[in-house]
Amino acid sequence: MIQESPAYFKENIKQISEDENLRRIVRKATSLTLSKRSDLVTEYYSEGKDWEALRNQAHEIRKKTIDNLDTYLTDLEDHFERNGIEVKHAINASEACSFVLRILKEHNTRLVVKSKSMVTEEIHLNDKMIEAGIEVVETDLGEYIIQLAGETPSHITAPAMHKSRDDIGKLFSEKLGVPFTNDPAELTAYARRFLREKFLKADVGISGANFLIAETGTVVIIENEGNARLSTTLPKLHIVITGIEKVVPTLEETATLLKLLPVSATGQKATSYVSFINSPAKVKEDARPGKIIVILLDNGRKEILRRQEVREALYCIKCGACMNVCPVYQTVSGHAYGSVYPGPIGSILTPFLTTLKESKDLAYGSSLCGACSEICPVKIDIHNALLWIRSYAVQKKYTPFIERMLFKLWRIAMENIFVYNFGRSLLKFLQPLWSDYKDFPPLAEKSFHQLWKEGEIWNKNS
Amino acid sequence: MNIDLFIPCIVDQFFPQVGINTYKILKKVGCNVDYPFEQTCCGQPAFNTGYRKDAEYLAKKFINIFSKSDYVIAPSGSCVSMVKIFYDRLELPSDYQSKLAELKGKIFELSEFLVDILKISDVGAKFSGKITYHESCHLLRKLKIARQPRILINNVKGVEFVELNESDRCCGFGGTFSVKFPELSTVLTSDKIKNIEESGAQYVVANDSSCLMNVEGVLRRKGSNIRTMHIADLLASGI
Repeated sequence: MIQESPAYFKENIKQISEDENLRRIVRKATSLTLSKRSDLVTEYYSEGKDWEALRNQAHEIRKKTIDNLDTYLTDLEDHFERNGIEVKHAINASEACSFVLRILKEHNTRLVVKSKSMVTEEIHLNDKMIEAGIEVVETDLGEYIIQLAGETPSHITAPAMHKSRDDIGKLFSEKLGVPFTNDPAELTAYARRFLREKFLKADVGISGANFLIAETGTVVIIENEGNARLSTTLPKLHIVITGIEKVVPTLEETATLLKLLPVSATGQKATSYVSFINSPAKVKEDARPGKIIVILLDNGRKEILRRQEVREALYCIKCGACMNVCPVYQTVSGHAYGSVYPGPIGSILTPFLTTLKESKDLAYGSSLCGACSEICPVKIDIHNALLWIRSYAVQKKYTPFIERMLFKLWRIAMENIFVYNFGRSLLKFLQPLWSDYKDFPPLAEKSFHQLWKEGEIWNKNS
Repeated sequence: MNIDLFIPCIVDQFFPQVGINTYKILKKVGCNVDYPFEQTCCGQPAFNTGYRKDAEYLAKKFINIFSKSDYVIAPSGSCVSMVKIFYDRLELPSDYQSKLAELKGKIFELSEFLVDILKISDVGAKFSGKITYHESCHLLRKLKIARQPRILINNVKGVEFVELNESDRCCGFGGTFSVKFPELSTVLTSDKIKNIEESGAQYVVANDSSCLMNVEGVLRRKGSNIRTMHIADLLASGI
């Protein structure tokens, strides 16, 4: 049983490492996205443009924004208000959920349609709405699949990545009573038939946001299925729930980030739909949506902002490329992490969205290969942030007692060459640590130090 | 040219022949080679596990030992990247920081030093066999070294070189990672080995003994005939 808590990361990994079927599905999906991405990057260069320069530019945009977050948020709020968009600030998950529930109650809401939003996953909004007796329907195909299965997303841009076509076919025939098929087009048609009706009946649409443009007061949403556009235009009320870090100063800078995001996320030059939402509908009295409310969530983000060593994590534009390229993610998929945001970036965000104590193992679940930092479209030094979280866990004494002792001994041995050379004989005791899975090499009969001292090396090779 | 060898602790304890061969190669190309005897470890194991205070002690020791060297050469990308890149993350006193700034310009990984500094692309080695090359993560991504080892390997007489599929994918070692997550680490290593087997190579060469030790550990457990080989061992063959 996979546990939905980062505290069970190690146990989850142990179990999932055995699951060859899952690994096959996830590797296939991530490889496909990565190869489409890499083709587009090559194409970009062949057009005489410089992908690296674009990444640098995006890094600077994100750096400037996050370093001056308060200024841009004030600017954003001013423009939202001028455009007739209501703004609320939520400190944490429970506050955000109560805002939403109160709004839904005020609007006598029975049915909510949702377009894909990781922030609503982060605050576990669906559970709260369902508890309050409201019908909630996820309209993004991946999210819809996950909702039918009663699961959580395993990837931030491809929530049902861990499921094969057969898995989805079985799920649909079980839950929707339709004949089994594993044909994506037919499966999509079933979902569409069901969802269309929900869109028309929904009282409220809830979405996330990819970007919030400060200078114009605009909510930007990118998607491929048109479901976000329907969710945000058919119901009379549109609620946007998103993190404070999504702000971008200008429209032009948003355009730069939009060049990087779909390429990195799904290997597309552009998504099928890019919506720029500036205000509620104004054409006539009952035009929809008549009202837009934006909820800006902190939930640990300001704590990340205060920590210089991990602050770059707020640059994240949630493309998921670091997950796709991570050999650990490719092997264990998203649920193993037990956190809403999995993979390399998730291992940095989660300790601040939950607690470091329960999620400290996540940062250790990386071989530090650095592929994540290399692919990140906004050049977050993920590698460095993971290392810092490890050191923070050590500082807080959250690492095992035996490990702390071993490093104390290790330092004594390494500080002094005589102890070091003597300690060699003790190394043998550490060898069994590995031997369940790999054959540890035997210690050399004589170390390089010994051979050098005895003159073996320079006598023979001079 | 005066060179001080930096022999990483893993090489010192498990694979001293890699150190000997590094010495041999550098002598062969005409360098004066010395080995500062007090050296132990660069501190990376502690740093990577989060024990920065311990790493700081070793960084200071390392800087003291090597700050007067003309050149510091190591048969490892990982340990060189620790000094060149990650020492900056430590809280070192300012006098150490200025020595470090200088040291960073003098420390090189073996293949980088041969090709970029000495401008040598053929060390005169001879070896018969089909070889593929695994890119060690820190060597590739932190030091950006990919071209140099390939040039050197391709110029070894008798070598048939084949590229490895996913050559830049981690072998699953990651130091403490392989101790904390042994099952997961082994899956990653098995993925690497599958690619090595499919390449048809008899030997997999890399510039870091840690990666090779890890790959060899699973190869041996599997009873495979494929062998791992440090680039220094290859380049010292027949010289």
